[in-house]
Formats: sequence, structure tokens, C-alpha cells
Amino acid sequence: MPIINIDNKTYEVKEGKNLLEACLSLGLNLPYFCWHPALGAVGACRQCAVKVFKDEDDKKGRIIMSCMEPVKDQQRVSIEDSDAKKFREQVIGWLMTNHPHDCAVCDEGGACHLQDMTVMTGHSYRDYHFTKRTYNNQYLGPFLNHEMNRCIQCYRCVRFYKDFAGGKDLDVFAAHNHVYFGRQQEGVLESEFSGNLAEVCPTGVFTDKTLKQHYTRKWDLTSAASVCQGCGLGCNIIAGERYGALRQITNRFNSAVNGYFLCDRGRYGYEFVNSPQRIKTPMVYHGPSELSNGIPVLQHIHRRMKPGKTIGIGSPRASLESNAVLKELVGEENFYLGVSAGDHDLVSLALKVLQQGPVRAASLQEAAAADVVLILGEDLTNTAPMLALSVRQAVRRIPVEEVINTVHVPAWQDAAIREAVQENKGPLYILNVQQTKLDELAKGAWHTAPDNIARIGFGVSHLLSDKMPEVTGMSEQGKAIAAEIAEALKHAKNPLIIAGYGSGSEAVIKSAANVAWALHDLGIDAMLAFTVPECNSMGLEMLGGHRLESAVDRALNNEADTVIILENDLYRRLNQHRAEHFFDKVQDVILLDHLYNPTAEKATIILPAGTFAESDGTLVNNEGRAQRFFQVFSSNTAVQESWRWLLQIAAANGHATLSSLKHLDEVVSHIAVTCPVFHGIDTLTPGAGFRIAGQKVPREPHRYSGRTAMQANIQVSEPKPPEDPDTALSFTMEGYRGEPPSSMIPFFWAPGWNSVQSVNKFQTETGGPLHDGDGGKRLIEPHPNGQTPFYTEVPEPYLPLTEHLLLVPLYHIYGSEELSVHTPGIAERIPAPYIMLHGEDAKRLQVANGHRLHFMDNGHHYTLPVIINNTLQQGAAGIPVGLPGVQIAEAPQLIKV
Amino acid sequence: MLSLVRSMWLIFLHMFHKRETFQYPEQKAPLPARWRGRIALTRDPDGGERCVGCYLCAAACPVDCISLQATEDDSGRRYPEFFRINFSRCIFCGFCEEACPTYAIQLLPDYEMAEYNRQNLVYEKKDLLIDSEGKYPGYNYYNIAGMAIRGKDKGDAHQEEPPVDVKSLIP
Repeated sequence: MPIINIDNKTYEVKEGKNLLEACLSLGLNLPYFCWHPALGAVGACRQCAVKVFKDEDDKKGRIIMSCMEPVKDQQRVSIEDSDAKKFREQVIGWLMTNHPHDCAVCDEGGACHLQDMTVMTGHSYRDYHFTKRTYNNQYLGPFLNHEMNRCIQCYRCVRFYKDFAGGKDLDVFAAHNHVYFGRQQEGVLESEFSGNLAEVCPTGVFTDKTLKQHYTRKWDLTSAASVCQGCGLGCNIIAGERYGALRQITNRFNSAVNGYFLCDRGRYGYEFVNSPQRIKTPMVYHGPSELSNGIPVLQHIHRRMKPGKTIGIGSPRASLESNAVLKELVGEENFYLGVSAGDHDLVSLALKVLQQGPVRAASLQEAAAADVVLILGEDLTNTAPMLALSVRQAVRRIPVEEVINTVHVPAWQDAAIREAVQENKGPLYILNVQQTKLDELAKGAWHTAPDNIARIGFGVSHLLSDKMPEVTGMSEQGKAIAAEIAEALKHAKNPLIIAGYGSGSEAVIKSAANVAWALHDLGIDAMLAFTVPECNSMGLEMLGGHRLESAVDRALNNEADTVIILENDLYRRLNQHRAEHFFDKVQDVILLDHLYNPTAEKATIILPAGTFAESDGTLVNNEGRAQRFFQVFSSNTAVQESWRWLLQIAAANGHATLSSLKHLDEVVSHIAVTCPVFHGIDTLTPGAGFRIAGQKVPREPHRYSGRTAMQANIQVSEPKPPEDPDTALSFTMEGYRGEPPSSMIPFFWAPGWNSVQSVNKFQTETGGPLHDGDGGKRLIEPHPNGQTPFYTEVPEPYLPLTEHLLLVPLYHIYGSEELSVHTPGIAERIPAPYIMLHGEDAKRLQVANGHRLHFMDNGHHYTLPVIINNTLQQGAAGIPVGLPGVQIAEAPQLIKV
Repeated sequence: MLSLVRSMWLIFLHMFHKRETFQYPEQKAPLPARWRGRIALTRDPDGGERCVGCYLCAAACPVDCISLQATEDDSGRRYPEFFRINFSRCIFCGFCEEACPTYAIQLLPDYEMAEYNRQNLVYEKKDLLIDSEGKYPGYNYYNIAGMAIRGKDKGDAHQEEPPVDVKSLIP
């Protein structure tokens, strides 16, 4: 480890870093703009100047850009040198010559890296008295606001958008002091990761447009550590509230999961929390003759819960606590998983593969470090967007390593590395039913039906290991594909196999498992990543329960009178007609949910359940990582956590074990004791009794404003602030001001660092883990020496049938998720319902783009407009899943045209 | 003895001095223009609200007695959807006036705000907004800010160049 001398103090630093990273990792304040820990250094902004000295006798030194200078042993550096300081102040003075007088109306203000750095350099007086350059702005869609005047030309936006996230439609235009960052023409930014520009941009050129609708400064937000509910990956987020409404989602750094970035569904899909469709009060439906007005709702529920005839339906979008409490309340034999048959089969299979097999599930960051990636039947950009971003990084790994070894430039020299790498890519193979956005990076991308994908997967595993079944009757092309993929995988060190719910096929997951296990047998450190549909799909599957279909059967046999539905819309889980039958048969439907939905129309009792922003709970993501999310604000309505409602029901019923439980800690430790699979979830975060210096951790920054005026219009005497009996966080600005444990950081802030860049101060090194480790705990670890239960049943090849089409599910980042569609910005991006056909099939059926196709499924009629896509397998028809207005099941099935 | 007589003499002389006591409320004290009294929200020379809802006054307030919500109208101007000062908490320190980047919030030499009912000391925007430019006549924030609003496009503000033509290659 090199030892360097900064301002006459010696420090030990990590090798291979640049000086800026070293200084920031040591906790020293050094201003910068263009450098970003995830993007590397390009030396564009000239802001991080320091002085280096030849040796001890050198008093003059020379000014260098610290982000472009590798750390060397015995280096002598000065940050505080007056020349270096003056230089930095000058640079920011120049950057400010054209910066508009905008801070008061700029959404970045108060969380602005440019403000922070200006104060840090000491530039306080404008001595440039000439005119300012101006730009026209562009409309960039519902997510981002564009204000080009504020630009300081650091190039971070294009480096993130183009180079890191693979976007095509944002670029830098014009020349010299006129450079312009935007689109060639006004229009919606296409990338699914565009929202990160709001955080990547050090100033207010790109700002969060949904925040602008209800603008609040960062210092006024009541925030808490949370976990994204948008998909199964469990990215860490910070959610902020003001005046009883959720205002903004920002990234919460977790070096094992999402790192610095989020996808747009996660960032912008939060507004359902503020929806007018929210259920705010408990409601009981009863006939006028029942005379039941005035009785507490819990009494109503108690009356209607008949022993042995009450069933519970859990939910993959409810917390582990809520599901576990419901399971215990109704009894194990009466608890049903509220997921469709297809999802249940896929997720339980994925869980089995991860629990019993010898190959571990990859975290998002491990996925980004894979050297060969094989994607089987997944359109990652739409089913697990952040995993797609990880794959983009993985594809660069091999060429970057080659460049580092041949050209001898360090990994952080971003421009040099990209110049040397050019368009070289590491091996990525994609097999999917239609074209995906990642195809452009792939060495090979083939489009075929799910069964054929599985057959190729089985073929690859056979080529890797003789123990695997041979695939008979494979086409020449199939054999060639399998051979190419097997050859690449054989030479890999840590390859990644991705499959999941996107294909809707169990055979695909089995073939992925076979490939990974065969590689493991060869001594290769392979990784598996299975996507799961919802934020707690994996947790619900680990908890276990009966299939939803058997709940319907039970109701149809008159064996269930009352059903408690937890945060679930059964019309999304069951065929619409079957759901109707179910609701006709059961007498009482007790629903706990956030939003009015078709299931709520059938409910006889509705309890207002808290969303992620109003609840504490735990989610288990696709790799089996349990993560805690914290309540952001306490609403003054009857809304409370589902598990708390269920505990109150249990207490009203005099339940044996649940009656004694009240708070989160008790529930969590009860689950950890009673379900061995969740052992350790009680240690995810410090308990409610945790204090630092005798104090709780405040959810509000010390500059939080308006305490004595916010509610003065209602009552001039300030009410007592709400208390939080469940966690060690307080709902006020009072509390410990230092660094809280990493699993419960409510917001990133450090003295002098108001912007998101303050995360540097919370990390062991820049881009490294947080000080006391990243939050979350992996609950599933592989059996390294376990018996590998290879799958042997190879599916039959898919053959197109005349008269019939094979319906395959197509997922959309905007639209396929239930809750985010209630957000206006997301709703704007949802595609219209369609059925996708291959050109040949369209010709055969005599339809063209936009024509309406009528078809039958299970005896029911549907009509949808046609979209023609020639990358789709012939004989298959793609149906978007989960879009409002599309009610067809997810698994592949044959339909009659 | 002598000092006693001297004191009595001086006090006797005060009988002929100008009186410092004001017979309030019949007689009011002349206050300087920068007296920190009642808080008002002022207007632009063109009559628009000066407040742009930047939240700096609320952040500066040591007793946290200002709360507001910023919003934007269809011309692109920001304004507070509501603006509330709880004068029962206000200590008239004037930090809000110092913090205001648009000269919107100003403290006026008016201090007669006493109420019997504390609830009446909660002032909303309609109570605070006055039809005057206050102490800074002629100042219009949007003429200096770079943001475009209706009637003031990019390049129209004080010391601004016309917007860059991105397609031009002329140096």
C-alpha cells in the first residue's frame, strides 16, 4: 500500500486509485465535477487541482489535476497550497461566468453539487461583468426537466447516458463554448435510466420533473431508508415526504445491490402513494337491516371470521411481516399465495434451484463483474431493468481488462480506456422470444420460442457435461448456437446465467440451472440470476403456502366463507372469469390494500393498508437478500401497516400467539424464531431501542423548516409530533446528528456536502461499501457440496400450428407493474394494448399493423390491435402483461384465432 | 452634600427639555424605514408576485414559523401556492428578509399586530401580500434570472446574449 503525504501528514492509501479518489476516501474535502465514482475520470472540469512536490526540498511544486494522477508511493501533495486554492477558485469563477442567476427557482438548489463546490472553493464574488450565454431548452418527456443555461460542461450526463447506460438519444452538440447537451430533436428520452441524470448532473440542467409538480427542497423532506417496490431486484431508495405526500425517490447507495443508480420505474413510480384512489378509512359493507353502525371495524371482522372457514391470501407486493402474520392468523392450512399459477411455478422453481443447487445467486454488483453472460428468455430491460444495466457493465469487463494489460492505463482513466476499447465487447449471448435492447451488445442474439430456448440451454449443458441429457432432434442452427455458447462458457472464470419469469417457461429456468451446475462441475465459479416478478415474490415463496387455484376450488366447494386478502388484486392473479366465480361464492371478503381496484369492489370490509412509505417491513429480493424498509411518514388517517391491522384482528379474536405481539421488533423476532428460513432477519437493522448518545436518528435534516407553521392554519398550538415505537428513527428533526448505522441512513448529508455526492462521506472508500457494511442479509446460500439435481426432461421443440398461435408474455418497464401505473408520468409512457405477430403470421391471418385481431382463449373472446415484429418467433403472438386493460394470463399458451 | 444639590439641579433642568415619551397610541413614534416590524410579501413593478417559492426564508427562520408550497403557473413563473407565517412564533429577527433572493419578503415599520386570539396571528398569503414594491422599487427578479417565462424569453434578461444556435459552426 503506497504511503502518500498530503499537507505534511502521511496517509496510507489504496493502490491503483487516482489522487482525487484517495483524498476523498480519506475524508478530505477536494472539489470536483466531472469525476464520478461509477464513471471514472476524464479531467474535463479542471476543478480538482492540487499541488504535487518532487520531494521534501521542492518548495515550488506544480499544479496537477488530482483525478488524472495515479497514486504513487512517497508522493507529496498539497490540497491547502495557496496556488492550488487560488486555481480552484478561478476555475469555478470561470464556470460561473455563464451560470444564470437562477438558484431561487432551480430545483437543484439545496442539493446542488455546484453550490457546494462554489462555497468550498471560496468563490463568493462575481467579477465578470459581461454578458451571459443562453440556450433554449428541450422537452425531454415526463421525467426530466431541461434547463441548459445552468450547464457547466462537465460531460457527466453524456458519459452516463451514452457510455454507461447505453442510451442513444442524448448527446453533445455544437462546438467550443457553445456545446449543448440534449437530444437531436425535442422528445421523450428513450433510456430506462434517464432519471439518473438528475443525480448525475452536478447542477440543475436535468432535474426531476415529478418533484417539480410538488416541489420541496431536500432540507424540508422527511426521509427514510426504503426499498424499491417496482420489481424483484430490491434496489435501495430514499423516499422523502412533505405535508403528508410522498415527494421524491432518490438513490440510496448500496455497493452490493444498486450502487449509484436506479431505473425510471423505481424512481418515478412512487406517486400511487399520493393517488386520489387511495383507501384512507376502514369501510364495512352491510345491509340496512343489520344495525351494525357504530361497531368498531375489528368487531365486524371478528364476527365474520368463522373458524375453519376463513382463508387468507397473501401477496408478493406485501412485506414479509404482513404475509407471515396473515399465515399465522388463518393457520398454515388456510394460507394461500396470492400469485398466479404461472408465477408461482416459476418463482418456486427458481427458489428450489438456488436453495438446493451448488451455484449462488448473483447480486447486481456481482452480475456487473461477470465475464460471460448468457440470458435465457428474458427481456431484462423490461423485467429487471437494473440487471440490464449490470449486464452492460459486465460486457465491458473483458475488453477493459485486456486494455489495462496491454496499454497499461489504470481502470479509472475513462476516456483513454474507452478509446482503447472502441466497440470491443465481452461475450454476451441472448436467447429470447423477440428482440431486446441488449441485443446490440450481444456476440449472439437469437429469437425463438421458450421451448426452443430451453432446448438450446439443455444442449449447452450437455456440451459442458456428459451427465446432462442429450437433446435429440436439434436443428443444425440450434446445434451451432449451443456449441458457440458452450465454447465461450468453458473459458469463462465467473460466467453469469440469467433466466426468470420473463419467458413464462419452467423449462427455461431448468435449462439455466443445468448450464450453471454443469459449469460448477467443471470447476468454474458460475453465478445464476433469476428475475422474479414482484418486490417480495421470493420472500412469499420462501414463506410458503398453498396455490391460489386451490383457494378458488375450496371456495367453489363451499369450504371457505370468509377470505382475507392482503394487498392484492385477484383480478391480476386469476383469469377474470374464475375470479368472478370465486367472489360470487365467498360470503365475506376482507381486503387490506392501498388503492381501490376491482377486488375492492367485491370486498365487504376494506382496511386501509399503508404503502411502503407508511409502513415498516422486510422484503426479500431475487437473490434472497432480505432488506428492511422504514416508514417515511405517519399519516394522520387510519392508514397503518397491514401486519398491524392483522395483529389487531388477532388480538380481537384472542389468537394464542399473535395477541402478545405489538411492534415491529416483536413481529420480526417472532418470524425469525418460527420460520427457520428467515433466520437472521431480526438483525437486519438495529431495533427500536437502539440509541446513539441516548438519541434516536432523526428523519428530518437539521435545517427542516416550517415546524411551527405547517399546521398553524388548523390549530395554532403545535401538535405533539408522532412517535415511532417500531424503529430507532424519529419523525422529527431532533436526534443524533452524526452518521447512523448504514442500514437506516435516512438521507445523505455531510457538512459542506448537501448534494447526493455526500455519499462519499459514508463510504469506506469512494464507490466502496458503506462504513458499517451494506444493508441487507442474504438468506439463500448455495450448497457447495450438495447433490446437483440435474433436470433431465428436455421439452419438445416448438412447432407452429396453423389455426393457433402460441401466446407469449411480453413485459414493459412502464405498465406491467401494478402500482407504478397509477403515477401520471409512468402512465404517459405505457404502450397501448396490442398483440404482436410475426410478419408471415400476419400475412397468413390477413392483418396489418393496427388491424384488430379477434381470438379465443379458454372459451373467452378477445380483440386487440396488431403490431408486426419480424424478430418474433413465427407462430407465436406476444401479449403485453399487466397493462391496464389487458387481462390474459402470463404463461405461454395456445390460443385459437 | 454638594453632589446631592447638583443632582437635584440637573433633574430640575430636565423639566425644560424636549419630552422623550410618546403618548402612544394617540401619538406614534417615527420609525426608520428599515424597522423590522410586520412582514409583507411585495410585488414586481409589473404587479406580479415577487415570491418565487424558493424556501430560503423558511430555512433561515430560527423559529420555523414560515411554511409555503412552491408551484408554477402556466406562464412559467413560480409562486407560492400557500404562504403562511405564524406570527405568534415570529421573533421579528428579519432573517427571512435577508435570505430572500427576490426582495419579496420585506419587514415594514408596522408593529401593531396584537390579538386577543392567538389563532388570528396565523397570516396566510392573502394577509401578507401587499400592492407595493416596498423598499426596492423597480426590481424584477425574472429580468435577471435565466429562466424563461412568458413574455421574457431566453436572452431577454439583463446582460444576456441571444440563445446559442446549436447548428452554427462560426467561432
